[in-house]
Amino acid sequence: MSRVKAIGIDVGSTTAKIVAVDENGEMIWRYIEPTDPRIEDQVDRFLEKLKEELSISDEELKKIPIVATGYGRKLVHQAKKKLTEITCHAKGVYKSLGHGGTLVDIGGQDSKVIVISNDGKVVDFTMNDKCAAGTGRFLENTAMRMKVPLDKMGELALSAPEEVKISSVCTVFAESEIISMIAHGVAVEPILKGLHRGLISRIVAMIRSVGLTPPLMLSGGVVKNPAVRKMLEEATGQKVILPEYPQFMGAYGAALIALESTKSEN
Amino acid sequence: MKLIDTIKYRLTVDVAGRAFLRYERFLNARRLKNARFKSENLAPPLRISAWTKELISLHYFRGRYVEGHQPVAYVTSGGPVEILKALGYYVIYPENHAALAGARHAQMELIQSAEEFGFSQDICSYVRTDLGTALTGKTPVGKLPKPDLLLACTNICQTVLHWYRVLQKIFNVPLVVIDTPFVYTEAPPHAVEYVKKQLENELIPVAERVAGRTLKEKKFKEVVKYSKDATELWLEILNMGRHIPTPISIFDQFIHMAPIVEMRGDKVTVDFYYAMLKEVKERVKKGIGSVKNEKKRVLWDNLPVWYKLSRLAAELADRGVSMPISTYTYAWGELAPLIDIERGMESMARVYLYPILNRGTGHKLEVMRQMVKDFKLDGVILHSDRSCKPYSIGQVPQRNKLMEEFGIPALLLEADHNDERAFSEEQVASRIASFLEMMEVA
Ligand code: SF4
Repeated sequence: MSRVKAIGIDVGSTTAKIVAVDENGEMIWRYIEPTDPRIEDQVDRFLEKLKEELSISDEELKKIPIVATGYGRKLVHQAKKKLTEITCHAKGVYKSLGHGGTLVDIGGQDSKVIVISNDGKVVDFTMNDKCAAGTGRFLENTAMRMKVPLDKMGELALSAPEEVKISSVCTVFAESEIISMIAHGVAVEPILKGLHRGLISRIVAMIRSVGLTPPLMLSGGVVKNPAVRKMLEEATGQKVILPEYPQFMGAYGAALIALESTKSEN
Repeated sequence: MKLIDTIKYRLTVDVAGRAFLRYERFLNARRLKNARFKSENLAPPLRISAWTKELISLHYFRGRYVEGHQPVAYVTSGGPVEILKALGYYVIYPENHAALAGARHAQMELIQSAEEFGFSQDICSYVRTDLGTALTGKTPVGKLPKPDLLLACTNICQTVLHWYRVLQKIFNVPLVVIDTPFVYTEAPPHAVEYVKKQLENELIPVAERVAGRTLKEKKFKEVVKYSKDATELWLEILNMGRHIPTPISIFDQFIHMAPIVEMRGDKVTVDFYYAMLKEVKERVKKGIGSVKNEKKRVLWDNLPVWYKLSRLAAELADRGVSMPISTYTYAWGELAPLIDIERGMESMARVYLYPILNRGTGHKLEVMRQMVKDFKLDGVILHSDRSCKPYSIGQVPQRNKLMEEFGIPALLLEADHNDERAFSEEQVASRIASFLEMMEVA
């Protein structure tokens, strides 16, 4: 008998993740890849990989409940239930950290702030406006434009002794602003610092709109960027807490919900 | 010649047009009588819908032929129309016309035409829709008559002032502006007096001159009475939403509010709402809800998203979520008690000072609080309307207060009532889905 009791899949705009949990809801397996436009095929591949690595038979897999989340969730036909990132992130983070608070998740094209109660329920949430300002895509685009590797961005930004103000929050306009700065001989680091500041100020505005219930928690791919974490702490005066696998919180939450559904069915 | 023309006009509109539309209503009504729950979860349309359609069709049908037969006025939705009605005006509400264009998905072409003329995307989308029609003559209703008079009342926003000035340039006809000071708590006597004077000394003389008639006290009182009766009936209909399950939803209200805005002061409007009230009461008696298996009841704040109405209605209904009331539809009923037929002009002045948009964010919060209690609501959706700044300002604290005081979830939804480009399908869908999950109905 396989130890895997439920599976969660999170198809985000940048990366797709899968998580498997045991009967106690412990994360026993996880995997992440850039999102493939053919989502269904990708999910099939994920499941193959899971079967192989955890030696699960087809028969067994059929019996394991799957819940999908993320913006591509509707295309995951393998899932029996599809839920939004808000519900799943809250679930995953609550189980990982064991307490409520205010969760900031900065994703590829969606940033969200979720207020989680002491018993793990979503009490409020907000998401970024219609545009990509305040999302990971904002940093990604500009990193590309400035030919800085994405994983070095944060460090470089923090190394700048000063920063320049980027006035546009629009990803496209910010790009042109940067190009003209570079043309005027401004160094890369202060620009990067200014960019991060811009992103953080959008996030802080979102936090304020729902009200900050401490502690402050952070998840999503952007947590790997040290500047985001540091500047968020500076701007809010709160220490930022990270779950162990910050990129997998959506998929983990989805798996936990799938697990609950088996328990309630029994 | 004049007489023949008049006879022709009456025959076309009041005999042939009316008869044809009445016949159509009869057919529609028969069809509606047998209508069942549509999407399994959404109640069938009210039978009265056939009549609403007839009223609106006849209204715009008349508009095609009215020029030269009746004076024509364009009026803002909060304008003191009773005076014009009593003078025999045919009245067009550009806001209603723009909403109708939105509901029929004909608005974007008009909006783009206005933008080609140089109007900014930041201007209210009703204005852009309407100016698109004024500048190109295009409209989903066939043809709109040219106005002889423009009447703008600032009790909804300051945008109307600039909008109607542009209309004045286009049509080169007199414009009357009624300036209504903001009311924070109570309108002081001098504010009432100020508005009353404008009605008496500005609007009436100009409207009389343009119409070539004088205002008759008796006729005016009659119009005010019809206006009051219709408004009271509308309020009573909306209050039926307090029943569980609610017999009507805001989606019904958005559709059936056209007469209370556009035909306030007509006798037929009173008859219409009387019939509607009867039908709604019948639903209450039979326990028919606007959605099947109503599980949660949610408040809507602000204008509707006209071009997405049916989608949203079905989506919520499938989750057992009803929307019994909105601050927007209520705005046309809540003033009913202020209308006092005996105090004619003074009561007009008062009524037109008190619309929700002329009263500040604290008042709107209070209205919503009351609604949450009276209509037993489980959640709130606040449409942050990119176009309508006066309606959307203050929604963040209003939302937070409602959540705090009632412990219910509230969602701020960014969109625009008429400009589809400000509506992002995927993002709205995910916010609504998250909101429903939060209410545990997903
Ligand atoms: S801004 Fe608001 S109140 Fe003014 S015309 Fe537009 S929708 Fe109406």
